[in-house]
Amino acid sequence: MTAKVLSAAAVVFLLGASAYGAFFVAPNELTMGIVQRIFYLHAPCGMTALAAFMLCFVGNLGYLFKREAKWDWLGVSCAEVGLAFCTVVLLRGPIWAKPAWGVYWAWDARLTSTLVLWLLYLSYLILRTMVDDPDRRALISSFYGVFIFLDVPLVYGSIWWWRTQHPQPVVFTSGGLNPEMRKIFYLSWLSLTALMVLLIRQRYELEAVRAEAQILTREAEAA
Amino acid sequence: MKNLGSVMVAYMIGWGVFFVYFVSVARRTADLRKDVERLKETLTRGK
Repeated sequence: MTAKVLSAAAVVFLLGASAYGAFFVAPNELTMGIVQRIFYLHAPCGMTALAAFMLCFVGNLGYLFKREAKWDWLGVSCAEVGLAFCTVVLLRGPIWAKPAWGVYWAWDARLTSTLVLWLLYLSYLILRTMVDDPDRRALISSFYGVFIFLDVPLVYGSIWWWRTQHPQPVVFTSGGLNPEMRKIFYLSWLSLTALMVLLIRQRYELEAVRAEAQILTREAEAA
Repeated sequence: MKNLGSVMVAYMIGWGVFFVYFVSVARRTADLRKDVERLKETLTRGK
Protein backbone atom coordinates (compact mmCIF):
# COMPACT_ATOMS: atom_id res chain seq x y z
CA MET A 1 0.00 0.00 0.00
CA THR A 2 2.83 2.41 0.91
CA ALA A 3 4.58 1.70 -2.40
CA LYS A 4 1.35 2.47 -4.25
CA VAL A 5 0.87 5.78 -2.42
CA LEU A 6 4.52 6.71 -2.99
CA SER A 7 4.39 5.93 -6.71
CA ALA A 8 1.13 7.89 -7.09
CA ALA A 9 2.70 10.82 -5.21
CA ALA A 10 5.77 10.67 -7.49
CA VAL A 11 3.54 10.78 -10.57
CA VAL A 12 1.55 13.75 -9.20
CA PHE A 13 4.83 15.54 -8.44
CA LEU A 14 6.12 14.92 -11.99
CA LEU A 15 2.84 16.09 -13.53
CA GLY A 16 2.90 19.23 -11.36
CA ALA A 17 6.52 19.93 -12.30
CA SER A 18 5.79 19.52 -16.01
CA ALA A 19 2.73 21.82 -15.79
CA TYR A 20 4.83 24.40 -13.92
CA GLY A 21 7.51 24.13 -16.62
CA ALA A 22 4.97 24.49 -19.42
CA PHE A 23 3.34 27.58 -17.89
CA PHE A 24 6.21 29.40 -16.17
CA VAL A 25 9.55 28.18 -17.53
CA ALA A 26 9.06 27.52 -21.26
CA PRO A 27 9.59 30.60 -23.45
CA ASN A 28 6.70 32.06 -25.43
CA GLU A 29 6.53 30.80 -29.01
CA LEU A 30 6.70 33.75 -31.44
CA THR A 31 4.05 32.76 -34.01
CA MET A 32 1.32 31.16 -31.90
CA GLY A 33 1.99 32.84 -28.56
CA ILE A 34 0.69 31.33 -25.33
CA VAL A 35 -1.59 28.76 -26.99
CA GLN A 36 1.52 26.85 -28.12
CA ARG A 37 1.93 25.75 -24.47
CA ILE A 38 -0.73 23.10 -25.15
CA PHE A 39 2.02 21.35 -27.14
CA TYR A 40 3.80 20.23 -23.92
CA LEU A 41 0.87 18.02 -23.03
CA HIS A 42 -0.67 17.34 -26.42
CA ALA A 43 2.30 15.79 -28.24
CA PRO A 44 3.56 13.61 -25.31
CA CYS A 45 -0.04 12.53 -24.67
CA GLY A 46 -0.33 11.27 -28.26
CA MET A 47 3.02 9.48 -28.03
CA THR A 48 2.02 7.87 -24.72
CA ALA A 49 -1.28 6.70 -26.23
CA LEU A 50 0.63 4.99 -29.07
CA ALA A 51 3.02 3.40 -26.51
CA ALA A 52 0.03 2.02 -24.57
CA PHE A 53 -1.47 0.56 -27.76
CA MET A 54 1.91 -0.99 -28.57
CA LEU A 55 1.93 -2.66 -25.13
CA CYS A 56 -1.62 -3.83 -25.82
CA PHE A 57 -0.34 -5.43 -29.03
CA VAL A 58 2.41 -7.18 -27.02
CA GLY A 59 -0.23 -8.45 -24.58
CA ASN A 60 -2.44 -9.70 -27.44
CA LEU A 61 0.46 -11.48 -29.15
CA GLY A 62 1.57 -12.90 -25.79
CA TYR A 63 -1.88 -14.41 -25.25
CA LEU A 64 -2.01 -15.89 -28.75
CA PHE A 65 1.33 -17.62 -28.23
CA LYS A 66 1.16 -18.56 -24.54
CA ARG A 67 -2.60 -18.72 -23.83
CA GLU A 68 -2.04 -17.38 -20.30
CA ALA A 69 -4.63 -15.02 -18.79
CA LYS A 70 -2.03 -12.49 -17.58
CA TRP A 71 -1.28 -11.53 -21.22
CA ASP A 72 -4.95 -10.87 -21.83
CA TRP A 73 -5.08 -8.74 -18.66
CA LEU A 74 -2.13 -6.74 -19.98
CA GLY A 75 -3.86 -6.32 -23.34
CA VAL A 76 -7.15 -5.01 -21.96
CA SER A 77 -5.41 -2.79 -19.37
CA CYS A 78 -3.24 -1.13 -22.02
CA ALA A 79 -6.17 -0.76 -24.44
CA GLU A 80 -8.27 1.05 -21.83
CA VAL A 81 -5.42 3.30 -20.67
CA GLY A 82 -4.40 4.02 -24.28
CA LEU A 83 -8.00 4.94 -25.03
CA ALA A 84 -8.02 7.41 -22.09
CA PHE A 85 -4.86 9.08 -23.46
CA CYS A 86 -6.26 9.07 -27.01
CA THR A 87 -9.50 10.68 -25.71
CA VAL A 88 -7.47 13.50 -24.17
CA VAL A 89 -5.59 13.98 -27.46
CA LEU A 90 -8.85 14.17 -29.44
CA LEU A 91 -10.46 16.59 -26.97
CA ARG A 92 -7.42 18.81 -26.58
CA GLY A 93 -6.38 18.93 -30.23
CA PRO A 94 -9.38 21.01 -31.39
CA ILE A 95 -8.80 23.52 -28.55
CA TRP A 96 -5.34 24.16 -30.01
CA ALA A 97 -6.50 23.87 -33.63
CA LYS A 98 -9.10 26.65 -33.42
CA PRO A 99 -6.66 29.51 -32.59
CA ALA A 100 -3.83 27.98 -34.66
CA TRP A 101 -5.68 26.90 -37.84
CA GLY A 102 -8.96 28.80 -37.53
CA VAL A 103 -10.99 25.55 -37.43
CA TYR A 104 -11.61 22.97 -34.69
CA TRP A 105 -11.17 19.97 -36.94
CA ALA A 106 -9.68 19.09 -40.34
CA TRP A 107 -10.23 15.73 -42.02
CA ASP A 108 -6.53 15.28 -42.72
CA ALA A 109 -4.66 11.98 -42.49
CA ARG A 110 -3.28 12.43 -38.94
CA LEU A 111 -6.52 13.58 -37.34
CA THR A 112 -8.72 11.10 -39.20
CA SER A 113 -6.44 8.10 -38.54
CA THR A 114 -6.33 9.08 -34.83
CA LEU A 115 -10.13 9.23 -34.67
CA VAL A 116 -10.28 5.82 -36.40
CA LEU A 117 -7.75 4.50 -33.85
CA TRP A 118 -9.93 5.73 -30.98
CA LEU A 119 -13.00 4.04 -32.51
CA LEU A 120 -11.09 0.79 -33.10
CA TYR A 121 -9.91 0.49 -29.48
CA LEU A 122 -13.38 1.47 -28.24
CA SER A 123 -14.78 -1.39 -30.35
CA TYR A 124 -12.09 -3.70 -28.85
CA LEU A 125 -13.44 -2.94 -25.36
CA ILE A 126 -17.08 -3.26 -26.49
CA LEU A 127 -16.28 -6.60 -28.15
CA ARG A 128 -14.97 -7.92 -24.81
CA THR A 129 -18.28 -7.18 -23.11
CA MET A 130 -20.10 -9.35 -25.67
CA VAL A 131 -18.32 -12.64 -24.87
CA ASP A 132 -18.95 -14.28 -21.47
CA ASP A 133 -16.45 -17.14 -21.51
CA PRO A 134 -13.06 -15.70 -20.34
CA ASP A 135 -10.90 -17.94 -22.59
CA ARG A 136 -13.00 -17.29 -25.68
CA ARG A 137 -13.13 -13.56 -24.88
CA ALA A 138 -9.34 -13.42 -24.53
CA LEU A 139 -8.78 -15.32 -27.79
CA ILE A 140 -11.23 -13.27 -29.89
CA SER A 141 -10.07 -9.93 -28.49
CA SER A 142 -6.40 -10.87 -28.94
CA PHE A 143 -6.95 -11.64 -32.63
CA TYR A 144 -8.90 -8.41 -33.00
CA GLY A 145 -6.25 -6.46 -31.03
CA VAL A 146 -3.46 -7.65 -33.33
CA PHE A 147 -5.53 -6.65 -36.36
CA ILE A 148 -6.45 -3.14 -35.14
CA PHE A 149 -2.85 -2.39 -34.16
CA LEU A 150 -2.25 -1.90 -37.90
CA ASP A 151 -3.67 1.62 -37.50
CA VAL A 152 -0.92 2.63 -35.03
CA PRO A 153 1.94 2.85 -37.58
CA LEU A 154 -0.55 4.54 -39.92
CA VAL A 155 -1.20 7.28 -37.34
CA TYR A 156 2.52 7.66 -36.67
CA GLY A 157 3.58 7.81 -40.32
CA SER A 158 0.61 9.83 -41.64
CA ILE A 159 2.40 13.18 -41.37
CA TRP A 160 5.25 11.91 -43.56
CA TRP A 161 3.25 9.87 -46.05
CA TRP A 162 0.51 12.39 -46.79
CA ARG A 163 0.22 16.17 -46.93
CA THR A 164 -1.54 17.12 -43.69
CA GLN A 165 -2.84 20.15 -41.86
CA HIS A 166 -1.17 18.70 -38.76
CA PRO A 167 2.42 20.02 -38.41
CA GLN A 168 5.53 17.93 -39.06
CA PRO A 169 7.45 16.71 -35.97
CA VAL A 170 9.74 19.26 -34.32
CA VAL A 171 11.13 17.29 -31.37
CA PHE A 172 13.40 14.71 -32.98
CA THR A 173 14.66 16.99 -35.73
CA SER A 174 17.77 19.17 -35.43
CA GLY A 175 16.99 22.83 -34.79
CA GLY A 176 13.25 22.15 -34.60
CA LEU A 177 12.74 23.14 -30.99
CA ASN A 178 14.29 25.64 -28.61
CA PRO A 179 16.50 23.77 -26.04
CA GLU A 180 14.43 25.15 -23.14
CA MET A 181 11.23 23.97 -24.83
CA ARG A 182 12.81 20.59 -25.51
CA LYS A 183 13.59 20.10 -21.78
CA ILE A 184 9.99 20.86 -20.79
CA PHE A 185 8.75 18.53 -23.52
CA TYR A 186 10.89 15.64 -22.22
CA LEU A 187 9.75 16.31 -18.65
CA SER A 188 6.10 16.20 -19.79
CA TRP A 189 6.74 13.02 -21.72
CA LEU A 190 8.36 11.41 -18.67
CA SER A 191 5.49 12.45 -16.40
CA LEU A 192 2.82 11.13 -18.78
CA THR A 193 4.73 7.86 -19.26
CA ALA A 194 4.87 7.48 -15.47
CA LEU A 195 1.12 8.17 -15.33
CA MET A 196 0.54 5.55 -18.04
CA VAL A 197 2.52 2.92 -16.08
CA LEU A 198 0.61 3.77 -12.88
CA LEU A 199 -2.77 3.50 -14.62
CA ILE A 200 -1.86 0.24 -16.41
CA ARG A 201 -0.70 -1.31 -13.12
CA GLN A 202 -3.93 -0.26 -11.39
CA ARG A 203 -6.08 -1.52 -14.28
CA TYR A 204 -4.14 -4.82 -14.41
CA GLU A 205 -4.82 -5.31 -10.70
CA LEU A 206 -8.54 -4.79 -11.35
CA GLU A 207 -8.45 -7.55 -13.98
CA ALA A 208 -6.62 -9.92 -11.59
CA VAL A 209 -9.20 -9.30 -8.81
CA ARG A 210 -12.02 -9.81 -11.35
CA ALA A 211 -10.57 -13.19 -12.34
CA GLU A 212 -10.34 -14.21 -8.66
CA ALA A 213 -13.97 -13.14 -8.14
CA GLN A 214 -15.07 -15.23 -11.14
CA ILE A 215 -13.29 -18.34 -9.80
CA LEU A 216 -14.83 -17.88 -6.35
CA THR A 217 -18.30 -17.33 -7.85
CA ARG A 218 -18.00 -20.60 -9.76
CA GLU A 219 -16.87 -22.39 -6.58
CA ALA A 220 -19.77 -20.89 -4.60
CA GLU A 221 -22.24 -21.98 -7.28
CA ALA A 222 -20.82 -25.50 -7.34
CA ALA A 223 -20.88 -25.85 -3.53
CA MET B 1 -2.41 36.78 -22.71
CA LYS B 2 -4.68 36.01 -25.69
CA ASN B 3 -5.91 32.38 -25.66
CA LEU B 4 -4.90 31.79 -22.01
CA GLY B 5 -8.43 30.48 -21.44
CA SER B 6 -7.96 27.88 -24.20
CA VAL B 7 -4.68 26.71 -22.64
CA MET B 8 -6.29 26.42 -19.20
CA VAL B 9 -9.28 24.48 -20.62
CA ALA B 10 -6.93 22.17 -22.54
CA TYR B 11 -4.97 21.34 -19.37
CA MET B 12 -8.07 20.99 -17.19
CA ILE B 13 -9.66 18.57 -19.69
CA GLY B 14 -6.52 16.43 -19.62
CA TRP B 15 -6.27 16.25 -15.84
CA GLY B 16 -10.04 15.80 -15.54
CA VAL B 17 -10.16 12.76 -17.84
CA PHE B 18 -7.19 11.11 -16.11
CA PHE B 19 -8.53 11.84 -12.62
CA VAL B 20 -12.00 10.47 -13.40
CA TYR B 21 -10.46 7.36 -15.00
CA PHE B 22 -8.12 6.80 -12.02
CA VAL B 23 -11.01 7.10 -9.54
CA SER B 24 -13.28 4.83 -11.62
CA VAL B 25 -10.64 2.05 -11.77
CA ALA B 26 -9.94 2.40 -8.03
CA ARG B 27 -13.68 2.18 -7.25
CA ARG B 28 -14.23 -0.84 -9.50
CA THR B 29 -11.27 -2.59 -7.86
CA ALA B 30 -12.53 -1.78 -4.34
CA ASP B 31 -16.03 -3.10 -5.18
CA LEU B 32 -14.59 -6.32 -6.61
CA ARG B 33 -12.37 -6.78 -3.53
CA LYS B 34 -15.49 -6.54 -1.34
CA ASP B 35 -17.17 -9.20 -3.53
CA VAL B 36 -14.10 -11.44 -3.20
CA GLU B 37 -14.13 -11.11 0.60
CA ARG B 38 -17.87 -11.82 0.72
CA LEU B 39 -17.47 -14.90 -1.51
CA LYS B 40 -14.58 -16.18 0.60
CA GLU B 41 -16.71 -15.82 3.75
CA THR B 42 -19.62 -17.63 2.08
CA LEU B 43 -17.37 -20.49 1.00
CA THR B 44 -15.72 -20.77 4.46
CA ARG B 45 -19.13 -20.87 6.15
CA GLY B 46 -20.31 -23.56 3.73
CA LYS B 47 -17.43 -25.92 4.54
